[in-house]
Amino acid sequence: MDLNYSKEELAFRDEVRGWLAANLPQDLRDKIANYDELGREDLLRWHRILAKKGWVAPAWPKEWGGTGWNVVQRYIFEEECGFAGTPPLIPFGLSMCGPVLLRFGTDAQKKRFLPRIYNGDDFWCQGYSEPGSGSDLASLKTKASREGDHYIVNGQKIWTTLGHVADWIFCLVRTDSNMAKKQEGISFLLIDMKTPGITVRPLILMDGGHEVNEVFFTDVRVPVENLVYEEGKGWTVAKYLLGHERMNTGRIGGSKRELAKLKEFVAKQPGDDGKPLSEDVRFRDRISRVEVELMALEITNLRFLDQMRRTGQPPGADVSMLKIRGTEIQQSLTELMMQAVGPLAQPFAPSNGDAGFDSFTAGLAPRYCNFRKTSIYAGSNEIQRNIISKMTLGL
Amino acid sequence: MNFDYNEEQQLLADSVRRFLGKDYEFEKRRKLVAGEGWSPQVWAQLAEMGVTGIPFSPDYGGFGGGAVDLMGVMEAFGDALLVEPYLPTILAGQLIARAGNDAQKKAILPGVVEGKKRLAFAHSEKGARYNNARVQVKATRAGGGWELTGEKCVVLGAPLAETLVVSARTDKGVSLFLVKRDAAGVTLKAYRTVDETLAADVVMKGVQLGADALLGADGAALPVIEEATDFATALICSEAVGAMKFACDTTLEYLKTRKQFGVPIGTFQALQHRIVDMYISYEQAKSMACLAASKIDSSADARERARSVSAAKIKIADTCRHVSQEAIQLHGGMGMSEELKVSHTFRRLTMIGQQFGDADHHLARFAALG
Repeated sequence: MDLNYSKEELAFRDEVRGWLAANLPQDLRDKIANYDELGREDLLRWHRILAKKGWVAPAWPKEWGGTGWNVVQRYIFEEECGFAGTPPLIPFGLSMCGPVLLRFGTDAQKKRFLPRIYNGDDFWCQGYSEPGSGSDLASLKTKASREGDHYIVNGQKIWTTLGHVADWIFCLVRTDSNMAKKQEGISFLLIDMKTPGITVRPLILMDGGHEVNEVFFTDVRVPVENLVYEEGKGWTVAKYLLGHERMNTGRIGGSKRELAKLKEFVAKQPGDDGKPLSEDVRFRDRISRVEVELMALEITNLRFLDQMRRTGQPPGADVSMLKIRGTEIQQSLTELMMQAVGPLAQPFAPSNGDAGFDSFTAGLAPRYCNFRKTSIYAGSNEIQRNIISKMTLGL
Repeated sequence: MNFDYNEEQQLLADSVRRFLGKDYEFEKRRKLVAGEGWSPQVWAQLAEMGVTGIPFSPDYGGFGGGAVDLMGVMEAFGDALLVEPYLPTILAGQLIARAGNDAQKKAILPGVVEGKKRLAFAHSEKGARYNNARVQVKATRAGGGWELTGEKCVVLGAPLAETLVVSARTDKGVSLFLVKRDAAGVTLKAYRTVDETLAADVVMKGVQLGADALLGADGAALPVIEEATDFATALICSEAVGAMKFACDTTLEYLKTRKQFGVPIGTFQALQHRIVDMYISYEQAKSMACLAASKIDSSADARERARSVSAAKIKIADTCRHVSQEAIQLHGGMGMSEELKVSHTFRRLTMIGQQFGDADHHLARFAALG
């Protein structure tokens, strides 16, 4: 047994680390470090820097701009990005719509959409959940009826992340309501967000932030050439895509960075006795607990990767484990950051010009609130446990 | 043994609950928070019902009640997510009632009881964390009186207070002073807190006070600060209990009505066990709130009082966290939306978990008390 990366893998890691250090713009680095909100332009700017380098879509085939990296290299790259604190790559185009088109799209669809996704010309969002269809996604009701060369779409999507700044949305819609199984009669459509009949309503989360939306469709005309795969076979596409959504949910690199930041932070925060909080045994132990959890998750992640590399098999239900523990660790870290500032976590928003508190400290409690979403989104942790119990344990 | 509220306590709690259920339902509260951030009418009504007078002596117009008398009221406040500065006023009022002389009490407490005056306790400082003794604001003798200089942070209720009770260090130790909020040299940097109440950092530069501003003996304030804070902590435990009850009930309702896979999600055993654990947390919290309030009122042993309050706060902090996190998780995406009251209850419970000391602080205190 050897838990270490090979010499080649270490060299690759150093190359990635060196390049990120040299090419991540300082202002974006600062925004991430200060937990500032990133806008569409921030996200696209980093996307385009990576695209220019040829690293924006490592998993794609080489002919479409992929890097040809193996699973371990891809993992190293993602973790290094997390550890360096790069803006996230928004997954809707690169990791969702892109792979779907590569697997199911026509040549015309690939040529039309893939280069624009790769270059960051189009900003995509995901039209999956509906008010009545969350965990039970296949019960979705948004309807598309065929009329000549168009589908007429009516219905509503919810929790549409960044829908308010998106150019395109990929949607699951029901094209046939008379099927015996709810998974049948669903189709996968690509819809231009500028099409008449689409309205976007912000959904403000409990931390006051606007990242998700409701999207309403009223007689929205979608050309039939925007259907991906066969009509009524959208569930096959959806399942394929959900597998991709869950590929990088451990977020080891990002959590390592947050942990390092937390340790540095508590060394400067006073405990009850006035000494640094990092010397408070109770608080220190709680940080250590999270660190041990993170170590265990990292090794587990590497074990799964090793297996994938050797068998060539996709990860399957194992990624559900990474999602569950990964999000729990992220949540613990935000909670400890909030608790580290004690009473100073209470200020939220100034009532006049002079805040009287620093925005970083005041942002810690809202950030803790916001991170409750991680155990809910992308398949709630309860659904992930269902997946493991069914797929892995055969229950 | 009797865990019931007496008739008066029950009547008061019921009338406060009825009033808030009507005049403070969530949409009304939302408007209020988006506007001024509090309601003078609600405050006047609470005073009318006698709530502001409960824990003060009849000598100053009050009812001479204790923490147990306020449990039902605090639970109702927790349920309704009251943003008015009730607890800040009571805490500062208790400091005056416990440390003040007759003239000081006469000058302030009747106004508090009648709902005309609100107070705030300006105590917390940057760098003090939860340690009551770490006071840096300086009070020096000047002329026949005092001069105050320094900065307080997160003074809950300060923007609405007429008078601040300020802790400051003299050459004899930590002392308390009565300071008008609009006194020369006092500047407020006001803000909203995460749980939507009004607070401020208070900057004092050469604030001139008369000799009669000193509350209690010079340098002897720490024990009274501990006592009054314990009283307020016992009250906030009951507020947490009310908020937790709402979180549990609204989540139970959601499990019964939200359908996925053709059935209410409450039919899934995995979720049934989760909500059962939430109710267990609530019951345990309620028990500890009873313990804290009852010991604060009736135990003659200072160590027992302090131990009971810290034990209760440990349990409350843990259950606030458990119940609030699970309430959001079981609501799924909807729980994250600020449109639902439960997300505001989450914010309140999160803040209560840390107010007057988090679980770690009270664990250390509890253990040290032996």
